[in-house]
Amino acid sequence: MATSTARSSHRANGSRRPLGLVPTGVLLLGAVYCLFPVSWVVVAATKTSGELFSTSTFALGTGFFQNLADLAAYREGVFWMWMLNTLLYAGGGALLATAIAAVSGYTLAKYRFAGRDLIFNLLIGGILVPAVVLAIPQYLLFAKVGLADTYWSVLLPQLLSPYSIYLARVYAGAAIPDALLEAGRIDGASHWTLLTRVAMPLMGPGLVTIFLFQFVAIWNNFLLPFIMLGDDGKFPLTVGLYTMLAAGANNPSLYNLILIGTFLALIPLIALFLTMQRFWRTDLSGGAVKA
Amino acid sequence: MNPRARGSLAPYLLLAPAVTLFTLFMAVPIGYTVYLSLRRTLVSGLGLGKGSRKEVFVGLDNYAAAVGDGELWMGWLRVFGYAALVLAVMLGLALVFALMLDTARVRLARFSRIAIYLPYAVPGVAASLMWGFLYLPSLSPFDALFGVDLLGQSAVTYSMANIAVWGGTGFNMLVLYTNLRAVPQDLYQAARIDGASELQIALRVKIPILVPGIILTTVFSIIATVQVFTEPTALRPLTNTLSSTWSPLMKVYRDAFVTGDLYSAAATAMVIAGISVVLSFGFLRVVRNRAFGEA
Repeated sequence: MATSTARSSHRANGSRRPLGLVPTGVLLLGAVYCLFPVSWVVVAATKTSGELFSTSTFALGTGFFQNLADLAAYREGVFWMWMLNTLLYAGGGALLATAIAAVSGYTLAKYRFAGRDLIFNLLIGGILVPAVVLAIPQYLLFAKVGLADTYWSVLLPQLLSPYSIYLARVYAGAAIPDALLEAGRIDGASHWTLLTRVAMPLMGPGLVTIFLFQFVAIWNNFLLPFIMLGDDGKFPLTVGLYTMLAAGANNPSLYNLILIGTFLALIPLIALFLTMQRFWRTDLSGGAVKA
Repeated sequence: MNPRARGSLAPYLLLAPAVTLFTLFMAVPIGYTVYLSLRRTLVSGLGLGKGSRKEVFVGLDNYAAAVGDGELWMGWLRVFGYAALVLAVMLGLALVFALMLDTARVRLARFSRIAIYLPYAVPGVAASLMWGFLYLPSLSPFDALFGVDLLGQSAVTYSMANIAVWGGTGFNMLVLYTNLRAVPQDLYQAARIDGASELQIALRVKIPILVPGIILTTVFSIIATVQVFTEPTALRPLTNTLSSTWSPLMKVYRDAFVTGDLYSAAATAMVIAGISVVLSFGFLRVVRNRAFGEA
């Protein structure tokens, strides 16, 4: 069917289709480039140490379960701790960050009050502040109050996301009609009721998007936990994999563990990514929230 | 307009969590960095015993040292070369892919879009590990193809730029593509009726529409690439061509946590912040003047 419509429209537009199959071809090349290292790591995770260096790049190996067992045994199973830690940092952090962004975005979009623009600009200005300007003094300040090298030191600084607040404000502005809030107010609803019963449900789909972006941002963060943490039992996957590499770079027998670890680290995020396709929106200008 | 909110405390209470977090984790750390950057430890005698070390105010000395530091300048040169490469290739590819996704009659568009966006879900460390192993001469399938050590002195910047391009193209493509989808299709239809080809529509209609989106993605990409840290740090164990001060941010890390010179680290961090702000705003000014006439 696709070919017949394509062919008939070709005929109709014959003179103005100099591009032909070029876009399809270019996009497929891009897709191959992007899938290449991921598919390689899937294959490499199945190879034994010997096969890694001897067999051809995309030949499947025979060592998958051995690698898995070796990884599980690495430093008494610390890899699974990294996995759990990452889930805790990314899940808990993204949940709280989304709640804070939602309330702030709604307030900034729907209330008029002195200092509103100043507060908005300050919160948004954070986008421009390089992470390093924050991470080092944050570490020193956490150290002063005895919280360096704790879960809190990684969780707390990531609860405020300027980008999420900006998105939440755009979503709230587009999704919540003023008349509805007005009607609720006349019926005697409190600020809290309006927030939880009217605003949040309407912002729902947009909040899922914010949650996903925040989840990925925390999951992928390396600098902050790298600076904050010293105890490898509290590491997220990014820092854990890095320390594995730093320890194993001169020791090719550890390569398998690093590769299967990388492979396992990719699975949760790619699964989330593929299942939540319809929520991955990047519409920064229109703020169109389609449920 | 919400008259109910006039004079009410409610908005301030609702914003209290965000403002508290902003104060604790943004304002105070920035202030502390500025404070540290203006101070230095003075050691008297052998530096032993209480009172032999004290922190003193040194004005802009640390900044002068940061500006006069040759190693830091080398870092800036390396990072500017890297950033120019990444920005041009990544945003160029993102633009081409977004335009092609938006052309009529493209096949397998959904598959390509998802595949190209996928690296966004891969942590920078994992991306550096995967590519790093693929670059490793003993494992690399590219070795025969290019005939150079991809982690060697001559190629390592390109190899690193490739990791950033791989990781960032999809996200930027999606931002631009979403902008394009928001344009009413009548506009293109009108251009087609006027006899414009798909290529002409892309160049004359779509690219001008995308200008704000391109500016936005460029500014965010400048901020991100100037702060490059993860990729060179994660590749270092695999090669001896990357120094511990390859990028300015790595030097900040080393000063703060390896050599323990917090004051230099703070001053250098402020310089990095200043440079990324100047570059972003400079870029905004230039494009505003070009694209929209007078600023």
